[in-house]
Amino acid sequence: MNFAEKAVLMNASEITRAMKRMAHEIIEANKGVDNLVLLGIQRRGVPLARMLAEAIKQVEGQDVPQGALDITFYRDDLSTLGPSPQVSSTEMPFDVNEKIIILVDDVLYTGRTVRAALDVIMDWGRPQAIRLAVLVDRGHRELPVRPDFVGKNVPTSQREIIKVKVEEFDDKLEVVVGEVTE
Amino acid sequence: MILETKDVLGLEDLSAEEILGVLDVAAHFRAVFDRPVRSVPIMRGRTVVNFFHEPSTRTRISFELAEQRLSADIINFSAATSSFSKGETLRDTAENLAAMKIDMLIVRHSSPGAAQYLAKVLECSVINAGDGAHEHPTQGLLDIMTMRQRLGDMRGKKVTIIGDITHSRVARSNLWGLVKLGAEVTLCGPPTMIPGGLDKLGAKIEYNLEKAVADADVLNVLRIQLERHSSKSFPGNREYHRMYGITEDVVRKLKPDAFVMHPGPMNRDVEIASEVADGPRQVILDQVANGVAVRMALIYLLSGGDPRSLGGSAS
Repeated sequence: MNFAEKAVLMNASEITRAMKRMAHEIIEANKGVDNLVLLGIQRRGVPLARMLAEAIKQVEGQDVPQGALDITFYRDDLSTLGPSPQVSSTEMPFDVNEKIIILVDDVLYTGRTVRAALDVIMDWGRPQAIRLAVLVDRGHRELPVRPDFVGKNVPTSQREIIKVKVEEFDDKLEVVVGEVTE
Repeated sequence: MILETKDVLGLEDLSAEEILGVLDVAAHFRAVFDRPVRSVPIMRGRTVVNFFHEPSTRTRISFELAEQRLSADIINFSAATSSFSKGETLRDTAENLAAMKIDMLIVRHSSPGAAQYLAKVLECSVINAGDGAHEHPTQGLLDIMTMRQRLGDMRGKKVTIIGDITHSRVARSNLWGLVKLGAEVTLCGPPTMIPGGLDKLGAKIEYNLEKAVADADVLNVLRIQLERHSSKSFPGNREYHRMYGITEDVVRKLKPDAFVMHPGPMNRDVEIASEVADGPRQVILDQVANGVAVRMALIYLLSGGDPRSLGGSAS
């Protein structure tokens, strides 16, 4: 399976600007950052959560606690998984009870990852609320999941693939659209 | 793909990459134990059967706990309470289980090769939970996991296994796995308890305890299986303890960071002195905790795809 890149949807400065706007929206909706924690979904949600935390700090001057969530053991497609999926670690350096959690992921598609992430969080405790922030919403939901904070809405066909590249794993920051070629 | 196989029958069959891959996943499961909810839903709706044809407490409970923490459905049966006591053969029992559509069979049996035989006959995955004196792969994996947590990369690390090597499936699984990861393994025990030929698998044989442990990074002390011994091969509890028992005296002469492992159940003051078993150098309860994580990893990885597409034979 090969991936043929078709176009760049967001470059580094567009992503940074979108993150700043989302940071403002999160602060406004929450009336500040008290009780707020950011939880990135492994793997690319984690660096995005860190970027959001930095943007929030620039506005509010306050550090927001960050965690990482791995959903591998909560997937609903065990029998159709191909190669053994890469398992990453879950890091929950705070008590989730009564917190307002901003769940952060790179792309929102079917909604199944978010469904699994909600189950992981519930196994850690009972937060006051969970909100969803994604860099790209590409549509085609299979579950009743809706994001609260969106970087960019991108209409796609199901043949297409959206890739978010981050410095940590890809040496650059951008969002591209491409297609699978045989 | 971390595991290319339908079954896990022994560490002889696994590559170094597969062993490290399993241990990596096991470490993630270990982290689940520290949460308020100690199970994950990934195996929901799958049925695992624990078939123990030989007495076992630790291994059986560890497997059950692993299955529960993966949210699998579990059936337990042992030889004494099943139709085995009516004379049904192993194959008939297994085929009846298969007809009821189970996803995995965990088998402990006193005959070497029992798990392998069932793996060949059955379409579902089989995990060997100990077959005679042949292999006990999950014990081997949990031992190696415990060593790696303290020693890191096992290449060049010195592991000394002490006890009744002849009757020990734990020793064999340790040996296969450790040699593949590049560790230097020394086997130590009375000459009557070490079979010939193990040097060909890459082990060093040393009958003198003092020499065997002098520069060891870890001692894996095996249980003396009193129930399997004739008077000819076993010198007697007190004599064994004097010659090969791991006492405070032995531990004092170890390298400063070296530690002591035991697969359990212990015969206190036979192969291991009570002061050592309760002392600061042992990691026995860590082994027990790692055992659950390793079993979760194996069950999860073997379930991660359609077994029939993995080259499993049909019944």
